[in-house]
Amino acid sequence: MRAASAPRARGERRLLLLDRATGSVGDAQLDELPTLVRPGDLFVVNDAATLPASLPARAPSGAPMEVRLVRARDDGRRWQAVALGAGDWRTPTERRPAPERLEAGARIEIAGLPATVMELSRTSVRLFELMFESETDEVWAAIYRRGRPIQYAHVPEPLALWSVQTAYAARPWAAEAPSAGVPLDWSLLSALRARGVGLAAITEGAGLSSTGDPAIDAALPLPERFEVPAATVRAIGEARARGGRVIAVGTSVVRALESAAASGELRAASGETDLVIGPGYRPRVADGLFTGLHEPTASHFALLQAFAPRAQLEAAYAHAERGGYLGHEFGDTNLIL
Amino acid sequence: MSINAIITGASRGLGRALAVELARAGAKLVLVARESAELHAAVAEIRAAGGTAHAVAADVGDKEAIHRIAGAAAALVGPIDLLVHNASTLGPTPLPLLLDLDCEDFERVFEVNVLGPFRLSKVIAGGMALRGRGTIVHISSDAAISAYPRWGAYGVSKAALDHLGRSFAAELGELGVRTLVVDPGEMDTAMHAAAMPEADRAALARPADVARALAVRIFEQRFENGERISLGGAS
Repeated sequence: MRAASAPRARGERRLLLLDRATGSVGDAQLDELPTLVRPGDLFVVNDAATLPASLPARAPSGAPMEVRLVRARDDGRRWQAVALGAGDWRTPTERRPAPERLEAGARIEIAGLPATVMELSRTSVRLFELMFESETDEVWAAIYRRGRPIQYAHVPEPLALWSVQTAYAARPWAAEAPSAGVPLDWSLLSALRARGVGLAAITEGAGLSSTGDPAIDAALPLPERFEVPAATVRAIGEARARGGRVIAVGTSVVRALESAAASGELRAASGETDLVIGPGYRPRVADGLFTGLHEPTASHFALLQAFAPRAQLEAAYAHAERGGYLGHEFGDTNLIL
Repeated sequence: MSINAIITGASRGLGRALAVELARAGAKLVLVARESAELHAAVAEIRAAGGTAHAVAADVGDKEAIHRIAGAAAALVGPIDLLVHNASTLGPTPLPLLLDLDCEDFERVFEVNVLGPFRLSKVIAGGMALRGRGTIVHISSDAAISAYPRWGAYGVSKAALDHLGRSFAAELGELGVRTLVVDPGEMDTAMHAAAMPEADRAALARPADVARALAVRIFEQRFENGERISLGGAS
């Protein structure tokens, strides 16, 4: 599928429909979404704001590298991160030079601030934990002053944080945009509300989609922070009680909801989740999924198979390919219901 | 219930007094102002009194700074429930007649007094609407209603800010986000001294008193959505 190469407005986005019961595939415009769901249904969105997670850095030798923040381990001084060699997103990640090899205890510079390499992951020496030496306020100021949104080679123009936020972003937890929700503007959300569709939120620190390091990429998705508040548990219970369906907006929402329901019953929860959802997993909470169109090789596609058999998904993707749908984070959208 | 708040223009005057007042009542504060010793002194004052406050040094008139403010603030205190648009600029002082005002100076007044508040509300009010609660306060002026010689750029920008507050009220009210426009009256502040150096300071209200009255209104939500209120300052 061809990748969308720049941010696109809601009105330009198409909507691929996949009926889970029958496997039938249909075409619509995103603007038609309110007419394709039922009064009483509930959309659950991820209110994580997208971090400027790509930071300029210097290895102990002074050599330039890029550090991509993955998730905060505390209030903002300690992070899990991935190191990339010199260069930027214009070079596909898998062709980027390897960064200088880091050692635990090494001092590096990130976003102009001194930091210490705390430990290296067993997955890859490029995946590590770091600790900024400055105060929290100063760290956040530097991240926002020097950082840029993570982006990939299929989008040539530099992205501003403005183009990678959802319309309801509230907490900067996401290393990459929770992109399924990005095309949902308030005009569309209000139309859903007017239709009698509910709206509830979770927060999930959506992580990296690719790093170019085969060992890390094979381990994706990495553990992520999540929070499912009591109000959302209530809203889901109420939707169920009235016969409505729970529609997750993005795979990060599925991960958070299923993590909060790990005991068998959905409960308010927060923490980190290492739950990986794939073929054979039966979602306990979400009845449907509103998502983007991504590469069939990505971990994203494995998660979709919790909602529809691989053959159905492949047929739907083949249909989308023939129909000229666009993929990736600014691409077209997909409702699996 | 704990409140997470952003106050712009919080390094001095009403903004600083309101930050102190809200922090005393238990709110977690993010103080926004251009980088200055005063900003950090204001944060230190609140912390010394046992409150929670963080400084974000940024110019609200700079579009590039908006996510820096909103993102750092949410990272430091959590999702924002209260946003106070207090930062403003008079433009050049002594205040020039409109016919003498440079076009670029008028633009700058709008960047700070109108576009900054719009941009910041744009990135913060959506989260409030999703949670079904939030308050946005717009600090205005008598000059938004009455036209005075030499107050043209400021007055026009404040009139626009008033209407921004009312327009957000019309759109966000049903989503649980409420807006308030406040004319604090004439106060004894550095901004007032810059605009009217000849004024009798003894006749002016103290920012701390005005802040106290406003904090009560905000905490008790004692206002209609989109309402414009005048507070105790002399006028």
